[in-house]
Amino acid sequence: MWGLLRQKVGAGSSSALSMQRIRPVVSALRNYSSAAKEMTVREALNSALDEEMSADPKVFLMGEEVGEYQGAYKISKGLLDKYGPERVLDTPITEAGFTGIGVGAAYYGLKPVIEFMTFNFSMQAIDHIINSAAKSNYMSAGQISVPIVFRGPNGAAAGVGAQHSQCYAAWYASCPGLKVLAPYSSEDSRGLLKAAIRDPDPVVFLENELLYGESFSVSAEALDSSFCLPIGKAKIEREGKDVTITAFSKMVGYALKAAEILEKEGISAEVINLRSIRPLDRSTINASVRKTNRLVTVEEGFPQHGVGAEICASVVEDSFGYLDAPVERITGADVPMPYAANLERMAVPQVEDIVRAAKRACYRAVPVAATA
Amino acid sequence: MHTDDGNKVRNVHVYLLSEAFIALQVLDFPGGKVRFSPELRFISESPEERAHCYRVLDDDGLIITGSNYVQVDEEKALKMYSDMVTLQVMDTIFYEAQRQGRISFYVTSIGEEAINVASAAALTLDDLIFPQYREPGVLLWRGFTLQEFANQCFGNKADYGKGRQMPIHYGSNKHNYFTVSSTIATQIPHAVGAAYSLKMDNKNACVVTYFGDGGTSEGDFHAALNFAAVREAPVLFICRNNGWAISTPTSDQFRSDGVVVRGQAYGVRSIRVDGNDALAMYSAVHAARDMAISQHRPVLIEALTYRVGHHSTSDDSTKYRPVKEIEWWRLARDPVSRFRKWIESNGWWNGEVESELRNDMRKQLLHAIQVAEKVEKPAVMDLFTDVYDVAPENLREQEKLLRKTIKRHPRDYPSDVPV
Repeated sequence: MWGLLRQKVGAGSSSALSMQRIRPVVSALRNYSSAAKEMTVREALNSALDEEMSADPKVFLMGEEVGEYQGAYKISKGLLDKYGPERVLDTPITEAGFTGIGVGAAYYGLKPVIEFMTFNFSMQAIDHIINSAAKSNYMSAGQISVPIVFRGPNGAAAGVGAQHSQCYAAWYASCPGLKVLAPYSSEDSRGLLKAAIRDPDPVVFLENELLYGESFSVSAEALDSSFCLPIGKAKIEREGKDVTITAFSKMVGYALKAAEILEKEGISAEVINLRSIRPLDRSTINASVRKTNRLVTVEEGFPQHGVGAEICASVVEDSFGYLDAPVERITGADVPMPYAANLERMAVPQVEDIVRAAKRACYRAVPVAATA
Repeated sequence: MHTDDGNKVRNVHVYLLSEAFIALQVLDFPGGKVRFSPELRFISESPEERAHCYRVLDDDGLIITGSNYVQVDEEKALKMYSDMVTLQVMDTIFYEAQRQGRISFYVTSIGEEAINVASAAALTLDDLIFPQYREPGVLLWRGFTLQEFANQCFGNKADYGKGRQMPIHYGSNKHNYFTVSSTIATQIPHAVGAAYSLKMDNKNACVVTYFGDGGTSEGDFHAALNFAAVREAPVLFICRNNGWAISTPTSDQFRSDGVVVRGQAYGVRSIRVDGNDALAMYSAVHAARDMAISQHRPVLIEALTYRVGHHSTSDDSTKYRPVKEIEWWRLARDPVSRFRKWIESNGWWNGEVESELRNDMRKQLLHAIQVAEKVEKPAVMDLFTDVYDVAPENLREQEKLLRKTIKRHPRDYPSDVPV
């Protein structure tokens, strides 16, 4: 609840900062070799899909509008022409149908990539993701493996209301048997999607609509078709010594932006891009907290039982003695997403919320309890 | 709505039909030409006559004159019969074992032996089975041993599922039998997905999935039929319409003429079969399999039958249906004795072999459960394996901690968990 209150106070006091201005920060990636090139997240996802489909004839893509229309967000651009309608399947509009069919295809030798137009719609198919995909390898004692990827945009977009704007990271990450990945940059998108497709376990791959058009610099290494990122490993996007900020997906950009602001005020923030929500890289998070002694978690999802709650629990369990301040959780407001732009803005974390939380954690601002 | 003028116009043109006129009367629409009609007429919610039910053997086990069916030779017929009998005996013994508290749960297939065994007999072992839970006869036909059945029901370490599922949730890769799922109807879209995989590989096989009348109310049933039709997947949908979904009768389940009529609505070829007639089931599945594979199409088979047993050991069906009804199906419509009459009329069977078979199966089953009971239960390790292909760090750590704790407090831990 505190997180929510802070957020509202914060949002109300800095309405001049528009969504467009808060672009993902790429500075941390700019120290790659000269062979690096700029690439949008959309291109990164598309090239990863293309390369994996080319490398393995068992991989196929299925979902609403993925073929002729090339995907609602054009992630599958050009793939129908290249791989044909047998491997890029436009489906009838039944999430439960194509998810179940994908799971069945995975049971018997294929490696489906299932696209949800938005992860909100995966709720119509969640039985197949949880009861079938996640549990079958265990229930069959390894007789039925389920190499499948469920992917699509997750979390808040802009102006699309409650049924298009929810973050499902905590939902899927609470279920054993699933792996849950959330890329931020183009390098993340390429490396993690390729890892997800190659992985023998079911993977929930949470993209972000607002990041699709963002450009990031990508190293030559990450452009290679053999490139792959390890599942379960977080990335320290920016090193720091005063406070640890964990984030995933779009919030990594916000956290980096907040870190820049904090730097000007003499606070050195370490920003961790979680990349993998399940398995969660507890050791990287805890090692960072043991160094900085302070933690701010950031996510767009709801506060209760959220990713931040899990990270907080992990740090309390493993590094309690190292904490010099209460853990701060910055989350989406505990309400379904409102449509009106002014309210929507108040319902999701903003850069200044992160800045304020980090300052409080560093005892450079008045604690919330004193202002309440 | 039929005005006099309208009728006059129609009458005048009745004799003047030209091709151009016909062209005006149809609409080119995706899916083909649609004829216009001046009549305001709704399609009836029910057909004038219910869909017919295909059968070969009459109640006395005699072949109905003029029957169109696939021949079954003596060897196959005898295996079909003895597997049906084995299934009956297995149901009796395992049901008793549950009542004695030796296993936690059981589901019988009584009354549905013909659907189980005759459908299995019409397939090849390359065909993939996506069962619900009342089809152990298919697995039996494929060579799953009585010991393997018992191991699963007792959840011992020899169980292929490592004791991770309730009794009767059988699964066996080597028999192409996908592990039973408790969630109703999820296996139907899975079957379509696997059929798509077979089709991509150009395999000479199809997928067969089973479900009950209740399962056809799940969205998964509808999605699966629609997808199978659109993707031209070689899959057989076999509905065991046994009248009851636990305590819900079909009159509370649907108002259509059963399940078979839904096939056409989805563009799926379909047939209604007497599920208690093993020869009819065999012939229908045999023909459907040929069509599915050679023409790349799904086929829906609605088998009319009756769940003679309770839904499961957690149910007492006499609370919600008349005992007379159960008894009528159990005695007058029993698929096993009907098939027996047929093989006896062929001179392939007699009472002596019958009692020998039943006694032998009873002994084998009692032995199998005694053995299964004594086999060790799954080890501690089996709690953690197979959640993922490779156990992640947190599970490895938990296993380590658990082992350490057990070692430290051996007397506080159950002795039946091998460390």
